Amino acid sequence: MRIALTVNGRLHELDIEPGEYLLEVLRRIGYKSVRRSCGSASCGTCTVLLNGKPILSCSTFAASIDGQNIETVEGMADGDKLHPIQEAILEEGAAQCGYCIPGVVMTGEALLRENPDPTDEHIRLALNGNLCRCTGYEPQNRAIKKAAEVRRGETDE
Amino acid sequence: MSEHFKTVGRPEKKVDGLALVRGKPVYTPDYDAPDALVVKLLRSPHAHAQIKGIDTGQAEAINDVVGIFTFKDIDRIPFTRAGQGYPEPSPYDTYLLDSKVRYVGDVVAVVAAKNEKAAREAMKNIKVEYEILDPVFDMREASNEGAPVIHDEDDCSGVFDKSRNIAAHFVMDIGDVEKTLENCDFVLRKTYHVDTQLHAALEPHNALTYFDSVGRLIVVSSTQVPFHCRRILSHILKKPIADIRVIKPRIGGGFGGKQSIIVEPYAALVTIKTGMPARIVYGREEVSMGTNIRHEMSFDVAVGATKDGKIRAISLQGISNTGAYGEHCLTTFMVAGSKTLPLYNKVDAVHFGGDIVYTNLPPAGAYRGYGAPQGLFPLDCAIDELAHEMKMDPLKLKEMNSIREGETSPIFEIMGEGREGVPQIMRSCKLQECIDLGKKAIDWDSKRGKKTKNGTKVRGVGCALAMQGSGIPKIDMGAATIKMNEDGSFNLLVGATDLGTGSDTILGQIAAEVLTVPLDKIVVYSSDTDLTPFDVGAYASSTTYVSGNAVRLAAEKVKEKVLDLAAEYLERDRSELTLESGVIRGKDGSSVSLSELCTMHMYTFNQQQISESASYVGEESPPPFAASFAEVEVDTDTGKITLINYVSYADCGLALNPIQAMGQLEGASMQGIGWALYEDIIYAKNGRMLTNDFFTYKVPSRMDYGKLTCGLVDSYEPTGPFGAKSIGEIGIDTPIPAIANAIFDATGIRLRHAPFKSERVLFEILSMEV
Repeated sequence: MRIALTVNGRLHELDIEPGEYLLEVLRRIGYKSVRRSCGSASCGTCTVLLNGKPILSCSTFAASIDGQNIETVEGMADGDKLHPIQEAILEEGAAQCGYCIPGVVMTGEALLRENPDPTDEHIRLALNGNLCRCTGYEPQNRAIKKAAEVRRGETDE
Repeated sequence: MSEHFKTVGRPEKKVDGLALVRGKPVYTPDYDAPDALVVKLLRSPHAHAQIKGIDTGQAEAINDVVGIFTFKDIDRIPFTRAGQGYPEPSPYDTYLLDSKVRYVGDVVAVVAAKNEKAAREAMKNIKVEYEILDPVFDMREASNEGAPVIHDEDDCSGVFDKSRNIAAHFVMDIGDVEKTLENCDFVLRKTYHVDTQLHAALEPHNALTYFDSVGRLIVVSSTQVPFHCRRILSHILKKPIADIRVIKPRIGGGFGGKQSIIVEPYAALVTIKTGMPARIVYGREEVSMGTNIRHEMSFDVAVGATKDGKIRAISLQGISNTGAYGEHCLTTFMVAGSKTLPLYNKVDAVHFGGDIVYTNLPPAGAYRGYGAPQGLFPLDCAIDELAHEMKMDPLKLKEMNSIREGETSPIFEIMGEGREGVPQIMRSCKLQECIDLGKKAIDWDSKRGKKTKNGTKVRGVGCALAMQGSGIPKIDMGAATIKMNEDGSFNLLVGATDLGTGSDTILGQIAAEVLTVPLDKIVVYSSDTDLTPFDVGAYASSTTYVSGNAVRLAAEKVKEKVLDLAAEYLERDRSELTLESGVIRGKDGSSVSLSELCTMHMYTFNQQQISESASYVGEESPPPFAASFAEVEVDTDTGKITLINYVSYADCGLALNPIQAMGQLEGASMQGIGWALYEDIIYAKNGRMLTNDFFTYKVPSRMDYGKLTCGLVDSYEPTGPFGAKSIGEIGIDTPIPAIANAIFDATGIRLRHAPFKSERVLFEILSMEV
């Protein structure tokens, strides 16, 4: 079947198998930041934004995305200028192996759009579904908090 | 200590960080290979069985299936999957494919197909006839009379006692433990047991193989040990080392789980048999039950002390479960003693010994801590128990008896990894500083023994002290090559393997510091057997110390060379020249920049490539130290354990990159917290792992802990590169004992079987009430 979807503002029209998941389709058209880890909607690694809301692409049928709007981490930076979450992750040492990072950035971005001034508790709750086996979470939580400040213009970038 | 350094000791951003946060295609699965065959493994549904027949005819006839390979199609070559120094101290008890299966998940057949669907269809159509054998799952029954023999094949080697399923055995005595215990005022004897743990790295094990234009086998793999991978592939595939190239791109986590050669041989086999590129990616269930897990261990511990608080004797007699195969079996067991017992170095007598046995469960292997946490649980908790019997503050007892700077322990010389060790004196040991800071952060003195109650909830605190090592002395070797470019930048080529730890970054910082240039003038390239010099790989907390020293030496050689050439070029005396901020200056004001010097030597003057290499083998293995504290709240109605605060301070020498070093301590602490409280493996009666995904195997998430407070103390290890020791593993040693001790402080319940599930606490509470 043929579907159309917008990824990071760019329209893609392509043929898919009816049972194909969004993760596979996104990877096929070059969005390699979308990665498989658990394959069963239980780790958050493959999180992308669907019409601004975080979803798990490993368990979302591509067919259901026809005509919808997807955002991935490839679209977060503005040219050479990183998104505040990306920048804060580098500063706080919040990426070790980095495998969970695209999912963390996307879930974090969805949180900050909804809640520009989250508490530690808000951050933990919103990102609770994003597993990280490397960092012990603290640097990532700090990074989201810092990015929120930058986004609100309270801290110099 | 770091004030006079320009690059080391600073929180430089990771050199690979930009690619990671932008989601660039940097991991093995991101490498495009559109015509790569899909490789899938048919696995045994039985824990112990002889294969009587395999019929692949029907499966091979399926459209798009390219090949199916079983033990009949390959040479039978015993090997060990363990990626460790050669010759390996692990038995050669493994075959790429065998006519016998030894655990649920053992590989029966390799399927290669043009697409996923055909591969899956083929798996369903392979007919295997099994003769089912009795299995043994309980490590305590594995050596019993009449227990099924798991490795009854003639051609395995290096197994301690095949007939009794004993893969390896070790025993060590200093003094007479029993006699010394008799003379102690207080003696404690207990049995402690710690279950296995999954690595749960987010990137599944995977590899891509293909032939290059001249027919060499290229292996792109998520591995911690590229050079061991190349050597082992050469052995089992009967291919010269010269014909194999292993490349490690970024890895999505390892923790020891990628220190065995697991997936690469199957993809390589398909490429060799078909001539086609091949890709193998394990599903999450396969990662859980078809790779390596942690060694389950049990110890009978005895500790004795005199009433003045001097610990005089320690005995640890244990058993370790290596599962179906023996990779890392002896060495992990020895580390349970060698990296815990020297901590209490004032004793008169020590015993350590036991068997490592085969069972029909998934093979255990390397896992962060590598036996040390399994040994520290009984050791630390037994001392804690003893302190309570002596009516002493357990921290005080541990503090009084633990090792300090300038001291040593005979254990260092007696126990190495798989052989004798190396004597060493603690040149840097800031354990007391770790204790003092941690004690303050948790508010030890006002909280201990108070059993603060809030309704049905009661709080308590516990502590644990730990040590680890920095590489395996006289075994682990790392090498580095540095070559200079005409803009004054340098390529740093290292065999060392960054598995997310930031080693590429800190190795770059070391080179930058010596060569007096900013980090962005060091282009780091690592882990490619064709292009980088040898390194044993990322394990045993070795990279900072071993590979770091190699980089330091290589950079110093380059610096010497640069000064020699500059002396010639400037026509000045060599001794008058200094290198600072990328410029060589003479006392008379003459100068030449690195950039100019290199350009001249490439194109016009005394032409040559400025380049040097160096290797390093540790003469010793300076231990990092840690003091950790846990505060827990136990609901006495439900048994629910809540981790209120976890504090860990470590002495890792000088932290070359404080943010990355802290990340290691924080991450290892969380992985240990998960093991202590949430991560529990359950097997079905037939030996199948039931907890093989993230729904059933509970990796801690952001809501599963209260506060996590980590810190690094000021320290400087004179033998380390710029004062550094290791930090990768030590954080995982302490959560289990610290949390067990805290649960006891809160409830009076002594849990001697980890993990500490709330159910176990509740059962204890209920049995106390009866």
